Amino acid sequence: MLALIPLLPFAGFLVNATMGRRLPKTVTGGLASAVMVVSFLIAVTQVWALAAMPPESRQVNQVLFTWITAGDFSLDLAFRLDALSAVMILVITGIGSLIHIYSTAYMSHETDADFGRFFSYLNLFCFFMLMLVLGSNVLVMFVGWEGVGLCSYLLIGFYYEKQAAADAAKKAFVVNRIGDFAFILGALLLVVTFNSLDFTTIALAAKAMPVEVTFGTLSLITLLLFVGATGKSAQIPLYVWLPDAMEGPTPVSALIHAATMVTAGVYMIGRNAVLFEHAPITLGIVAVVGAATALMAGTIGLVQNDIKRVLAYSTVSQLGYMFLAMGMGAFGAGIFHLMTHAFFKACLFLGSGAVIHALHGEQDIRKMGGLKKHIPVTYWTFVIASVAIAGVPGLAGFFSKDEILFETFLHGHQILWGVGVLTSLLTATYMFRLVHLTFHGDERFGAVADGHDAHGHAPQHLSTPAPEHLSTPAPQHSHGVHLHDAPAPMAFALIVLAIGSILAGYVGVPHALGGHNNLGAWLEPAFQATNCGQPVATGELAGIALEDCLPGEEAGVEDHAALELSLMAVSSLVAFAGIGLASFLWLKRKDIPAQMATQFAGVHKLLLNKYYVDEVYDATIVQPIKVVSQEGLWRGFDVKIVDGAVNGAGYFVSGVSIVLRLLQNGSVKTYAASIFAGAVVILAFYLWR
Amino acid sequence: MISSSFDAIIPMLCVALAGLVVLLAEAFRGRDEKMPIGGLAIIGLVGAGAASILLWNRNATSFGVVTADNFSLFVNLVLIGVGILTVMFSSQTIERDGIPAGEYYAVMLFGIVGMMLMGQATDLLVIFLALETMSLAVYVLTGIRREQQQSTEAAFKYFLLGAFASSFFLYGVAFLYGVTGSTSLDRIGTVIAAQSMSGNPMILLGVGLLIVGFAFKVAAVPFHMWSPDAYEGAPAVVTGFMSTGVKAAAVAAFVRVFLSSLEPMITDWAPVLWLIAAATMVLGTVVGVAQTSLKRMLAYSSIAHGGYLLAGLVAGNDVGKAAILFYLAAYALTNLGAFGVIALLGTRERANDDLRDYAGLFKSHPALAVLMTFFLLSLGGFPPTAGFIAKWYVFSAAIGSGYYGLAIIGVLSSVVSVFFYLRIVVMMFMTDRDARPVPAPITTVAYAGLVLSLAGVLYLGVLPTAVIDFAQASISTIF
Repeated sequence: MLALIPLLPFAGFLVNATMGRRLPKTVTGGLASAVMVVSFLIAVTQVWALAAMPPESRQVNQVLFTWITAGDFSLDLAFRLDALSAVMILVITGIGSLIHIYSTAYMSHETDADFGRFFSYLNLFCFFMLMLVLGSNVLVMFVGWEGVGLCSYLLIGFYYEKQAAADAAKKAFVVNRIGDFAFILGALLLVVTFNSLDFTTIALAAKAMPVEVTFGTLSLITLLLFVGATGKSAQIPLYVWLPDAMEGPTPVSALIHAATMVTAGVYMIGRNAVLFEHAPITLGIVAVVGAATALMAGTIGLVQNDIKRVLAYSTVSQLGYMFLAMGMGAFGAGIFHLMTHAFFKACLFLGSGAVIHALHGEQDIRKMGGLKKHIPVTYWTFVIASVAIAGVPGLAGFFSKDEILFETFLHGHQILWGVGVLTSLLTATYMFRLVHLTFHGDERFGAVADGHDAHGHAPQHLSTPAPEHLSTPAPQHSHGVHLHDAPAPMAFALIVLAIGSILAGYVGVPHALGGHNNLGAWLEPAFQATNCGQPVATGELAGIALEDCLPGEEAGVEDHAALELSLMAVSSLVAFAGIGLASFLWLKRKDIPAQMATQFAGVHKLLLNKYYVDEVYDATIVQPIKVVSQEGLWRGFDVKIVDGAVNGAGYFVSGVSIVLRLLQNGSVKTYAASIFAGAVVILAFYLWR
Repeated sequence: MISSSFDAIIPMLCVALAGLVVLLAEAFRGRDEKMPIGGLAIIGLVGAGAASILLWNRNATSFGVVTADNFSLFVNLVLIGVGILTVMFSSQTIERDGIPAGEYYAVMLFGIVGMMLMGQATDLLVIFLALETMSLAVYVLTGIRREQQQSTEAAFKYFLLGAFASSFFLYGVAFLYGVTGSTSLDRIGTVIAAQSMSGNPMILLGVGLLIVGFAFKVAAVPFHMWSPDAYEGAPAVVTGFMSTGVKAAAVAAFVRVFLSSLEPMITDWAPVLWLIAAATMVLGTVVGVAQTSLKRMLAYSSIAHGGYLLAGLVAGNDVGKAAILFYLAAYALTNLGAFGVIALLGTRERANDDLRDYAGLFKSHPALAVLMTFFLLSLGGFPPTAGFIAKWYVFSAAIGSGYYGLAIIGVLSSVVSVFFYLRIVVMMFMTDRDARPVPAPITTVAYAGLVLSLAGVLYLGVLPTAVIDFAQASISTIF
């Protein structure tokens, strides 16, 4: 049964890939969505069965076959469902189903062939993603890891006629290869160290090893795996591909670049929790990188003007939160945030898609505004999700974010906690800047090129001077035109996700608020090596009421309850402050942001240009590699090394014409000389070493 | 020592006989008479395959210089697979290009005989004989389109350089003979093991020269320069044939010589091969990125793959030996498939092997584009294809022997290499092109060849255990 969960989307992929171009859209889209829904239902029954087991032995294995045997090393193609992968498959199939349904309407303007292509990629992605989280060993995970990367690449470049989309796909691909490189090395090192790639075997073996106070093998392995995670999950220094990935269709941004694939790195650390716990140095790095990414992406998100880019930087920032939690060893908190984030961020992206849909492709928030009354469903769901991500008490983001901040503070990392709180303020601010500029205020979507819209407000209050944007012709519709709100399938997905954004947090209500942190307790055995399942101290009741802390429930809990409550108060205040600040700046005193932009022009420009990281990477890494590959190794080494060695410097300068001449004339001589030189070097090595 | 048994050479005899029959058939063929000459070749190859399987585990030897141990039989089966697939693709291309079928198939079969002998020979002189038999056939095949200047030029270059490199090899044999008094691998091995010879400059010179000779055939840096030219100049099917067959045969002999008789000197030759392997992987990959001709790109890719094979040789452990055999099988299937697609897309006038020629291939030839995608992913080492398992296996062998640096370089270059494989995929799926020289409709036989390759690539990627076991059994008997 377990294997059916990934195999159903795969079957959907096969059908749509082979016959999709000849089938009508209702069939392709319906089939792709149906396989996801059925897969979700199977996942629910499987998790239900899992929950019926005693907590220590919650594990279901399904070995399909032995994949590789080599000597005493053996590897199965096997799936494993445990508490951790249970959460992941529910998120993937559940939110995946909603996004599939949403896409049937969102992509309906495509041709039949493109529509089929889109859904076949989307199904294939879900297959690989499920494989990633269900794999019982590193190699099966890696198959999924590479597979989702490939699908992400195909989907970012879906509108390949657009140069930007093609470039973004390429960038995502190249950056992810760097991460994959480290990941493979980590996996190879795991084989050498443990002679196994099975997660449980590794965890048991690592448990028996001492915690590495100085940098050792485990630290190296975990660090390599983490570098892999920075690629896939868009952390410093490899986050640069994610904002560009927004060139893909919006449902793809919601599914792959917000809810599922980009969280694979977080999941991977959770999967190898024991390993990472034995490498505190790596954990420290994870925490610092996570916090730094959260803050940096948050600041960039504050000034971006593309609705999807703001959300993209927000995703990078929230992923940073998750890594901060993982780095604290608070794996449960990280996965909790992963889950709640999946709801509200998917909702936000799908909402942005509905906005873009209504405005016929407009993505610039400076050309929106006042959409509230035109598209109410989108507006309300978007606001709910924004409130959730901002961390307002009672909604999903509040619980998960607070658990992370609390754990950080508890572990004595006040600075990282401070960074977290600051990011929280930024989150609330940029989210409500987005809400206000998009849905409130004046309607700017009919604005004409000269900068004066019908209400007589010049868009000087806009936070960024970007004349090239303003001078482009505005979309061809005026204020009288009725904008269409999300059609039924889109509205359905939005509403379900908005409800999720409200409720998802209640599976992890902290003890301090009278809850039992059920999710934490559920996940706990998954982060231990299995034969030592710890007794779980919580009852079965899900405490959803915001009551005072129950006295005397657990000794350790009560000690921190006061601290946790005060930290919560702080971050609630911060959330409201952020929302208030955004409302003040972008609703009441619209002149202030513009003033600030001019007053702090340098900072503003720095943020607007994303700290120039892309430019720095291009100058220091991309260009040198290009030069080495094209000029150095091929034209230089391969074509003219021996002849050119004598006056090499001259050749390097004199350029292509000489290279071409060399190619035409002396090649056999050159090649023979290369052989001769190689032989001489080898022989000389033997005679004079 | 001398045994009169012919058992060990039966597989070669089958192929050679098929070659002679093909020649005769061509001689008796009427001017415009159609004759299934390729079918004759396939019969011979299948016969050789059956013979190889029957000889399994029997360790037959002939004349004291040819063995049919499991190692060589595994290589034989790979070569036979290469031969069969090549014939299947050729069935379409030679008619299109106006190449006389008889000559073409006969020369190809004789080349396969040489390749099989490379793997089976246990005497340096016989290895040299095999090397020349194989090489002569391949020179001719490279230049078989005599009306094409590029083809002729490539063949001539290849011939000159090949002769040059062969002389190094022969010189190395002479040195080893001078020191040990024998050209038999067994004898050389015993002498070297008995008297610790690793400091002897004569024997070191011999080893160094052998490395040059083999490295040339494997197209390892810095002895690789002939291969992009030859691969680009030759008809695409022939390129597929030589980039897999020649490489497999040369690697087989390389492994046999260096891991049996020269194994006691592993500390002497491993550092040199380490450097060659590393340089080969890096250069093949990095320069491959800069290419725009598909044939040239895949030529550099196959240089890089030679480097991965050498990494298995440097590792020198049991995992490494089995990994090499597995890699040969995986690489042969994958690369032949890729060159098969290139060949089938060509026309008589134009090879159509520029990267831009692949724009929008998915729209015009969806099946070919999908097949090509799998082959390219396998070349790049994406799971779950044959290429992934093969690379994984080689790198874990290198790490198992403590060659972390080599494994890192290998992983890094394979990561970079995906870049240019994916470029082709992007071209096929994500670009459009209206005008394209239309290739002839693809015959069933050629399609069957491609599907066969794909089946092999996926089989080795998803269920590699049987072949891995087979490879391990193959090495257990000799080293």
